[in-house]
Amino acid sequence: MGRDTLLSIRNLKTYFFTYEGVVKALENVNLDIYPGETFGLIGETGCGKSVTALSVMRLIPEPPGKIVEGEIWFKGENLLKKSEEEMQKIRGNEISMIFQEPMTALNPVYTVGDQIIEVLLLHKKFSGFSMENLPKYNLLRRRKIKKEVYKEAFKEAVEALRMVQISDPEKVAKQYPHELSGGMRQRAMIAMMLACDPSLLIADEPTTALDVTVQAQILELMKDLQKRKGTAIWLITHNLGVVAEMCDRVGVMYAGYIVEMGATEKIFDNPDHPYTRGLMGAIPKITEEKERLEIIPGTVPNLIYPPPGCRFHPRCKYAIDKCKESPPPLVEVEKDHFVACHRYEEVKHSVIVKKERKI
Amino acid sequence: MIKLRILEEFTKKHESKIKDIKHMLYLFRRSFLSMMGLILVLFVILVAIFAPFLASQHPSFVEVTSERGTKRVEERWSINFEEKLLPPSPKHLFGTDDYGRDIFSMVVYGARTSLKICLLVVVISTIIGVILGGIAGYFGGKIDEVIMRITDIFLSIPGLILALAVASALGRSIEHVMEALIFVWWPPYARIIRGQILSVRENQYVEAARSIGASSWRVLFKHVIPNSFSPLLVQITLDLGAVLLVAAGLSFIGVGATPGTAEWGLMISSGRMHMFHAWWYVTFPGLAIFITVLGFNLLGDGIRDVTDPRLRR
Repeated sequence: MGRDTLLSIRNLKTYFFTYEGVVKALENVNLDIYPGETFGLIGETGCGKSVTALSVMRLIPEPPGKIVEGEIWFKGENLLKKSEEEMQKIRGNEISMIFQEPMTALNPVYTVGDQIIEVLLLHKKFSGFSMENLPKYNLLRRRKIKKEVYKEAFKEAVEALRMVQISDPEKVAKQYPHELSGGMRQRAMIAMMLACDPSLLIADEPTTALDVTVQAQILELMKDLQKRKGTAIWLITHNLGVVAEMCDRVGVMYAGYIVEMGATEKIFDNPDHPYTRGLMGAIPKITEEKERLEIIPGTVPNLIYPPPGCRFHPRCKYAIDKCKESPPPLVEVEKDHFVACHRYEEVKHSVIVKKERKI
Repeated sequence: MIKLRILEEFTKKHESKIKDIKHMLYLFRRSFLSMMGLILVLFVILVAIFAPFLASQHPSFVEVTSERGTKRVEERWSINFEEKLLPPSPKHLFGTDDYGRDIFSMVVYGARTSLKICLLVVVISTIIGVILGGIAGYFGGKIDEVIMRITDIFLSIPGLILALAVASALGRSIEHVMEALIFVWWPPYARIIRGQILSVRENQYVEAARSIGASSWRVLFKHVIPNSFSPLLVQITLDLGAVLLVAAGLSFIGVGATPGTAEWGLMISSGRMHMFHAWWYVTFPGLAIFITVLGFNLLGDGIRDVTDPRLRR
């Protein structure tokens, strides 16, 4: 890995200690995100994509969750070694997160502007004042300064809204979330999360709850903002089309493991891991007429009792005895293309699902 | 002209807020009963505020020293045996009581006492309940267990009995009634708030607030509690009436206000001996209680309808 990474996760293990047993949600996750790029994380539901993101933010609900092991390096610092106060300075400021449902991710009792102002005030100074160093005892002065600070922050909030191409941002800033449409809310959310110019934006299925035309607009907007601000985007999604369109690099996740990682082109053109192949095969293609799509038999295993060895082996048609015994390590098969499979050589040369890519 | 411009600027500046309030009023106006409640409550509040102008007799306040040596201010009404138990007349609108005091004046001043009791009790218990319930619900775990078990202990004793015990132990006075009522009134609030918070804290905006770097306390007090408040608000308004009833009840039993105070429950209590030959003595304080409690209850229902976000817009 020649370039400096923005975020690199090493051997991350996050477990949830529940009544029924220990859910091994993340088992050995390794991934790298470079400054300014778009990284896509794909995989079935329940394979740990969101948990990875929440682990990076250190927002895993504790208890029952716990990051058991691993390192999360962000800008040369290990986030797992940081105190809660230090994390609060990073969240929203350095790393932001956009949530799946814009309907519920905005607080219904505050105006959109107020919520953007909250982020700004938490991390920025206005005329030399932030939330922390307001005069504590001189209440009159505090009030006056607060008013001034608020005024300036409001202007900046309006700018943030304008940046995400909301028309009439002054008006929208004074509106409540329920007065806005889904697309508008997601825009407001993006404005809120980008208000402090973070260097990493985690987008956890940012378009899943939106309709298709709005999806395209939002993705376009994110791309545009990325170009202007140089933010790295970490996109978590099921939608392989979106990944192909947006991402520079892709990570494929299965049952708490990163099974394949590399440049989008490589992953989509010649996937080496059987699971990735299965995913690609399950995409309906407009150019082909087919009765049934190829599917991956079975479902994601129960992570309290994960299968031994490679967690994918019960569903894998290439599985051999070795797969049942030891989990395959993530190896670099060619430059910037990592695969975790004992038989990637054989898989590579089989021509079962290698087909023209068209989405 | 200058005034008009200031007004214009004011309306322009607070446009969205004014719009909001107007909309709330509009929703409120659609319901006759809640409008009724509002009018009744406003009426009682106005009576309490303008009591000195409405009443024909006025109490004097004297400082008394009790046996234990504590000093406190007591309310005294002038006694006039020549006018005792007179029926309602233009001079004494609601008649007079067995000490010749004007019942109308006492009912009017009684509004002050009653409102003071219910507002203080409800506000202070709300503060206690919200803080304790909020901490219990948001942080969970052991803190939750400890706070909620204490709440359970309080809830397992009938509120009225506990208040009675506390009030009689503290001694007879309105302040002690308030303390006793606060003592028993906060547990349900802590429960309601905790239950609400358990569901509200799962919302994505709470996670979002944490993801922008807000501290736990900030998330709790700025994001979670305001969103859990609406059911409590209804409870509070309904409880204003309930507190009034209980306080009047305590005074009626004889652990509340000291004799001679213009307190509705106390007036009914002393009037019940004369119920058959002086109907006005119990009727008017009773009516006052009835109107106030009804007003608060109707208002509570109205507020529930208005604050429900699903009904807005």
